[in-house]
Amino acid sequence: MLHLILFLVFGAICVAGAVNLLVQRHPINGALSLVVVMGSLAAEYLLLGAEFVAAVQVIVYAGAIMVLFVFVIMLLNAGVEERTTGSRVALLFGVPGMLIGSLLIAWVLISRSGTEAVAVGALPGPPRIMGWLLFHEFLLPFEVTSILVLIAIMGAVVLAAKPPSTAPTPRED
Amino acid sequence: MVPLSYYLVLSGILFACGVTGFLIKRNIISIFMSIELMLNGVNLSFVAFAAHWHALSGQIFVFFVMVVAAAEATVGLAIIIAVYRTRETLNVDQVNLLKL
Amino acid sequence: MTANLHLWLIPLLPLTGAAINGLLGKKFSRPVVVAIALFFCGAAFADVLWVAAQFAALAKPHIEVVAPWIRAGSFQADFGFYLDQLSLVMLLVVTGVGFLIHIYSVGYMWEEGGFYRFFAYLNLFMFFMLTLVLASNYLLMFVGWEGVGLASYLLIGFWFTKDSAAAAGKKAFIVNRVGDFGFLIALFLLIKHFDSLNFQTLAQSIAPLAPETAGAGLLTSAALLLLVGACGKSAQIPLYVWLPDAMEGPTPVSALIHAATMVTAGVYMVARSHVIFERAPAALTVVAIIGTLTAIFAATIGICQTDIKKVLAYSTISQLGYMFLACGVAAFSAGIFHLMTHAFFKGLLFLAAGSVIHAVGGEQDMRKMGGLRTKIPWTFWTMTAATFAIAGIPPFAGFFSKDEILWRAYQASWAYWLIGVFTAFLTSFYMFRLWFLTFFGEYRGEQTGDAQEEPAQTGMSAPHDHAHGHGGIHESPKVMLVPLVILAVLSIIGGWLGVPGSLGGKNRFDQFLGPVFRSSAPAINNSHANAGETAPPEQQTEGREPETGHSTELIFTGISVTAALLGLYLAWLLYQSRPQLPQQIAHVLGGFYNAVANKYYVDELYSVLFVKPLVDGSARLLWHGVDQNVIDAALNDSADGAREVSDVVRQMQSGNLRSYAGWIAAGAAAVITYMIWMGVK
Repeated sequence: MLHLILFLVFGAICVAGAVNLLVQRHPINGALSLVVVMGSLAAEYLLLGAEFVAAVQVIVYAGAIMVLFVFVIMLLNAGVEERTTGSRVALLFGVPGMLIGSLLIAWVLISRSGTEAVAVGALPGPPRIMGWLLFHEFLLPFEVTSILVLIAIMGAVVLAAKPPSTAPTPRED
Repeated sequence: MVPLSYYLVLSGILFACGVTGFLIKRNIISIFMSIELMLNGVNLSFVAFAAHWHALSGQIFVFFVMVVAAAEATVGLAIIIAVYRTRETLNVDQVNLLKL
Repeated sequence: MTANLHLWLIPLLPLTGAAINGLLGKKFSRPVVVAIALFFCGAAFADVLWVAAQFAALAKPHIEVVAPWIRAGSFQADFGFYLDQLSLVMLLVVTGVGFLIHIYSVGYMWEEGGFYRFFAYLNLFMFFMLTLVLASNYLLMFVGWEGVGLASYLLIGFWFTKDSAAAAGKKAFIVNRVGDFGFLIALFLLIKHFDSLNFQTLAQSIAPLAPETAGAGLLTSAALLLLVGACGKSAQIPLYVWLPDAMEGPTPVSALIHAATMVTAGVYMVARSHVIFERAPAALTVVAIIGTLTAIFAATIGICQTDIKKVLAYSTISQLGYMFLACGVAAFSAGIFHLMTHAFFKGLLFLAAGSVIHAVGGEQDMRKMGGLRTKIPWTFWTMTAATFAIAGIPPFAGFFSKDEILWRAYQASWAYWLIGVFTAFLTSFYMFRLWFLTFFGEYRGEQTGDAQEEPAQTGMSAPHDHAHGHGGIHESPKVMLVPLVILAVLSIIGGWLGVPGSLGGKNRFDQFLGPVFRSSAPAINNSHANAGETAPPEQQTEGREPETGHSTELIFTGISVTAALLGLYLAWLLYQSRPQLPQQIAHVLGGFYNAVANKYYVDELYSVLFVKPLVDGSARLLWHGVDQNVIDAALNDSADGAREVSDVVRQMQSGNLRSYAGWIAAGAAAVITYMIWMGVK
C-alpha cells in the first residue's frame, strides 16, 4: 500500500516536471524541471530496489549532465524563445501521433496487465554484484563505453574550442 | 504492490512528453533536454523489467545508457556551441541551410 | 573419281584483292593498288582458263562441296560449287570481260579520288558475281545475287557526294530488293516442297514431274516468282527503272555491271532454273512476253535519248529483253549465246563511250559531239565494230546470236518474231544514230580550251567525269585502248562459235551447251502450236533438219539483216544527210514524241504510285506516329513523370529540423501502432 502511494507521489512529481519542461519558455526553467524529473526517477529506482542505479542517476544524470546543460545555457545566454510558427508537420503529425501511440500503449498495458506486480526492492541489489557483472559478463561493453567517453571528451573539446583567431594581414593595395 | 504496467505507463508518459517537447520546442537546448527526458523514460522501463524478471542485466544496461547519454549530451552541446558561434542563434528553425 | 579443281579459289581471289585494297589501300600508292587489283582479277581469269583446259576430262556436272553450311532437319545447304558448261561459259565471260574492264579502269579512273576504293569495290563485285555463277545451290547463289546488288549500289553511288549518284544507287538497290523478294518466296516454295535448294537434287526431284498445263501450280508459281527476281536484276518490265539512272556511276562500272555481267545474272538464273521453267509453260510464256515487250519498249525510248550513256542503257535493257525472249521460248542456249556476244559488244560500247567522254572532256550529250572520227581513230574503229555487232549485221557477233533467237522465236509464235525484227530495226537505227551523231559531221561542242569551266549542261554528265581541261580532243591512253581492241576483235569473231546449220556451220556453241539443257527436258510432244511450249534445241534441230527448214531459216535471216540495214539507212538519212529532218518529225509527232522522249513518264508514274505514298506514309505513320509519339514520347514522358514525382517528394526536404523530427515521430508511431496491433491480435 505504501509502495503504491509512494509510487504515485513520485510519479506525479515526475510527470509534473516533464509537463513543466514542455510548458516553460525559458530553457533554464526547463533544465531545472528536468532536474526535478531525474530526482523523482531516482526515488522510483529506489522503490524498485535498484540502489546503484538510483545513485548513479543522481550523481551522473542530475549532477553532471544537467549541470553541463545549465552551464551551456548560461554560456550561450539563451533567452526566452520567441513564438514563431515552426514546422507544420511536427505539430500536425508528430504530436497527435505520439499522443495516440502512447495512449494506445497505455491502454494495452493496463487492460492486459493482470496481476503481475513488482515488489518493493525486488531487485537483488548490492553493488557488489553489479560490479561483478560489469567486470565479468559485460567487460567488453564497459571498456568500449570508456573509450566512447574518451572520444566524446576529445570531440567536445575540439568542437567547442575557440577557433584560432587569424589577424588579417595588412594588404598593400 | 505496484503492477508492472504502472511503471511502464509512467515510462510511456515520460517518453511521450519527451517526443512532444522535441517536436514543439524551438530552442535547440530545450530539444536536447527533451531527448534526455526520453532516455530517462526508457531507463525506467528497463529497470522495471529487470525488477520484474529478477535479471540484473537490465540494470547494467541502464548504466550503459547513462554513460552513452552523457557522451551524447557532451558532444551535442559542443556542437550547439559551434553552431551558435557561426549562426548566432539558438533557434533551430534558422539552421536551415540545407533547404532546397 | 572427280578431280578436285579447288573451284573455291576462283571467287576467293578477287575477294582477297578486295580485302587488301579495301582495308589497306588508302596507304598504298596508285601503282600498288592497281597491281593488287589486276593481279587478283587476272589470277581468277587464269584459274578459269586452267579449269577450262581441264574441263573436257571432267564428269559433268562437276560439283565440289567445300564445307557444310546449314543443316536443319532434312534441309541441307552447303558451300558447294557447280561446274558445267553453262557455268563455264559464264565464268569465262565474267572473268575475261571483267579483267579487261579492270585494265581499262586503270586509265579511266587514274585522276579520280577514291582510287583504291573503286578497285576494292570492283574486286568485291567480281567475288560476288563468281559466287553467283559457281554456286551449287540457290542459297549460295542468292548470297552472290545480293552481293552483286550491294556492289552495284556501292559502285553506282561511287561519287556519293553527288546527290543524283547517291539517289541512283539507292534506287538500284531498292528496285533490286523488290525482285529479290520474289526470288526469296520462290526459294521458300522450293524448300517447302522439295526440301532442298541444291541444283542437282532439285533437278532429280523435278525431272519426273509432268509439265503443268493448268493455271497456278507449284512449279508455275515458283517459276513466276523466280522471274520477278530476274526482272529486278536484269532490268525487265516493270523493274527496269534503275538501269538508266545507274549511268551515274563511272563508265567502267556501267560496262562491267550493267552490260556484261550483273544484269545477265537474271538470264543466267532463268537458264539455271530451266528444269522448273520447262515444266511450267505458262511461266515460260510470261517470260517470253515480258522479254519481247521490254525489248521493244526500251528500244523506242532509246531512239530519243540524247545522253550517250543513256542510249546504251536502254539498249542494254532491250537486248536483255531478247535474252529473256530466248529463254521464254525454251531456247536457253541461244539466250546464253546472246548473253556472251552482248557482253563483248555492249561492254565495248560502254568502254568506247567512256573513251569518247574522256576525249571531249566530260561531255555526255551527243548533240554536242560530232566529227570525232578523225580525232580519236582507235575509239572510232572499235566502236564501229561494236555498233555493227549490235545491229546484227553479218559477220559480226551480234548477227548470229540475235538471228538464232529470232528464228527460235518464230518457231514459237510469229508475233514474237515480228516484234523482234522490228526491235532489231529500231536497235540498228538508234545505234547508228549514236554513231553518226558522235563521230560524223561537224564538232558541235564548245571549244575544248575551256573544258574546265564547262558547266554540266545535261543533267547526267558527272562533274567528276573527266572534266579535266587538258586542251584538245585527244585519244585515250593505251591502257584504255588495248581492252577496246581486244573486245572489238571478240565482237567480230565471237559469233563464229554459233554459226547455225543453215549457214553452213555446226553451231558449236549450241552443241556445247546442249547437254545442260537436254538432260532434263520433259517428255512433251513437239507441237509448237502453243506459244512457249517447245522442246529444247537438240530435239528440235535433230528432228527437223530438212532443207525446207534451212531455206525458211535463210529467208528469215535475210529479213533480219534487211531490217538492220534499213535502220542504218534511216539513221544516215536523218542524222547525216538531212539533219533538219529529226526536228520536223518530232514537231509533227508532237505529244507522242514528248511522251517517248520522257521515257513514257514511267518514273513519274512509279513515283506517284509507289514512292510518294510509301515515303509519305512512313513519314507520317512510322516517323511521327511511332518514332516520335510512341518511342520518344515514352522516353520523354517517363523523364517528365520522374521529374514531377520528384518535385512533389522534394517538399519533404525542407531543411527544417523539426519537420524531419515530425516525420520520424509520425513514422515511429505508425510502426509502434502496427506492432501493438499485431501483438494484440
